[in-house]
Amino acid sequence: MKKKWWIPYAFLALPLAMYLIWVIIPIFQTVIISFTDWDSVSPSYNFIGLENYKMLFYDYYFLTSLLNNIKWMVGFVIVAIPIGLGIAMLMDQKFKGNKFFKTMMYLPMTLSFVVIGEIWTWILEPNHGVINEFLRGIGLGNLAKPWLSDPNLVTYALIFAALWRQISYAMVLFLAGLQSVPTEQIEAAYVDGANSWQRFWYVILPALRPAMVIAITVNVIDSLRAFDIVFVITRGGPFYSSSVMANYMYIESFNNYNMGYGAAIAVIQFFITLGFIIWYLINSFKKEDNL
Amino acid sequence: MTKTAIYKKYLFYILSTIIVVIWLVPFVIAVLTSFKTMDEISFGANWFRLPKKWSLEGYITAWKNAHIYTYYLNTFFIAAVSTIGALFLSSLGAYALSWYDFKLRKPILITFVAGMLIPFQMLLIPVYKFSVNTGLYDTYPGLILFHVAFQLGFCTFFLRNFMVTIPKSIFEAAKIDGANDFKIYYSIMLPLIKPAIAALGILEFTWIWNDYLWALILIQSDTKKPITLGLTTLQGQWVTSWNVIAAASILAAIVPIIVFLMFQKYFIQGLTMGSVKG
Repeated sequence: MKKKWWIPYAFLALPLAMYLIWVIIPIFQTVIISFTDWDSVSPSYNFIGLENYKMLFYDYYFLTSLLNNIKWMVGFVIVAIPIGLGIAMLMDQKFKGNKFFKTMMYLPMTLSFVVIGEIWTWILEPNHGVINEFLRGIGLGNLAKPWLSDPNLVTYALIFAALWRQISYAMVLFLAGLQSVPTEQIEAAYVDGANSWQRFWYVILPALRPAMVIAITVNVIDSLRAFDIVFVITRGGPFYSSSVMANYMYIESFNNYNMGYGAAIAVIQFFITLGFIIWYLINSFKKEDNL
Repeated sequence: MTKTAIYKKYLFYILSTIIVVIWLVPFVIAVLTSFKTMDEISFGANWFRLPKKWSLEGYITAWKNAHIYTYYLNTFFIAAVSTIGALFLSSLGAYALSWYDFKLRKPILITFVAGMLIPFQMLLIPVYKFSVNTGLYDTYPGLILFHVAFQLGFCTFFLRNFMVTIPKSIFEAAKIDGANDFKIYYSIMLPLIKPAIAALGILEFTWIWNDYLWALILIQSDTKKPITLGLTTLQGQWVTSWNVIAAASILAAIVPIIVFLMFQKYFIQGLTMGSVKG
């Protein structure tokens, strides 16, 4: 074996080279660009140190985007997880036909955010949109709102649309997690006289811990990188009120040609995400020592 | 059946039905709208009413006049080639990382895992710049090569996790019998990991089919756009023709939905085996 030390490297050569070119090296390049005033057009640029980062702190649109990402995160975590768990608990019951129900619930997971965005654009449309028509139809016309053009409502409307898919995703993760809940333990608790709430709280929930870690990570990361659905429905408008970091980064870099500034936004976003990535890795690799 | 069991059964069916109906409302509305004529829609938008006359007008306009046909072929091509490329290359990498013991094994594996969790915004500017500089911008290979590379982190990690569960003795025996390394990979490892390849392939195909951002960054010509990008172009042109937009949306969604319905088991397996990806 010693003579052929190069064999694993031969297998790795092509995948690793591609990965370095398109993924790993760009990460470092973005960090470097974030210290410059590069505009993507001119061949030369200056290193301006932390100037871009300083500017971000005074940039009202960036701060709006950051705050909106936090709203997305809170929405995803406190809505998608409990509802996803609740539906998973229901769908996990052994009844005839539950496979059909599950399949229908999974459906939004297969759709792209572009399609979801198109569909929700008319659902939320102020004049003839489904939500407003429905509210008027049941006599609550005064609750009908211009969901997508009111700066105070638009972000919540977008989160609501995105939750459609996100709840399905959380449900999938919890359904998988529920497979590993030992039925003997539930039965034992039942025999010991635990009511359903106690069984849920003391037996099922602790067993769902790994699924919970994954669900929180998925939801946090997805909320921080939200882009497509915002871009398709509002482009971040009106007046940046529904903008999120990914959106603002794209607009600054590719529409306003402030590549240095865009890169700085990406780096900040990366550092915020990093905290959750590390938390996830610690939680999931505790047991696996061969990594 | 005891009385509680019967109540439980009814409760299950009632609750599940309510939830599923609510869940499918957006989808049902899109389907109904896609079969209505514009006259019917503008006359009074009763979203839940069945079309008076099931009309294919929306679909025909979308398919022919709005170029959905071209976008469709583009997406098929891009998603299929990218998926095959990512599966092939990652299976090579994962094979090396799963049963060879070599110096850089750990750092390389960590590189793949770390890259897979990086937010995509960190790549946008350099990848765009690289594509422009190398002439890959606005070409199929440019987008496909990027998709393959971008998916490698996740695919390699996924397949490697599967491969390490296969007992090493199988490969050692083959080695003693004189099989070379590539032959072991090709005729022993690959057949053994077929279920993982299937799960991963379905997931990757769906993801790449549904990609929007990278097509937006790397493709410009209307003739090369995949369906997601085409759909947003369409939105601008046919903004008032909701039946056309609805039909185009359904067309964009139908392939991932069919793939999902056919291979549901693998789809869910893949999703839960590798839930966190960047």
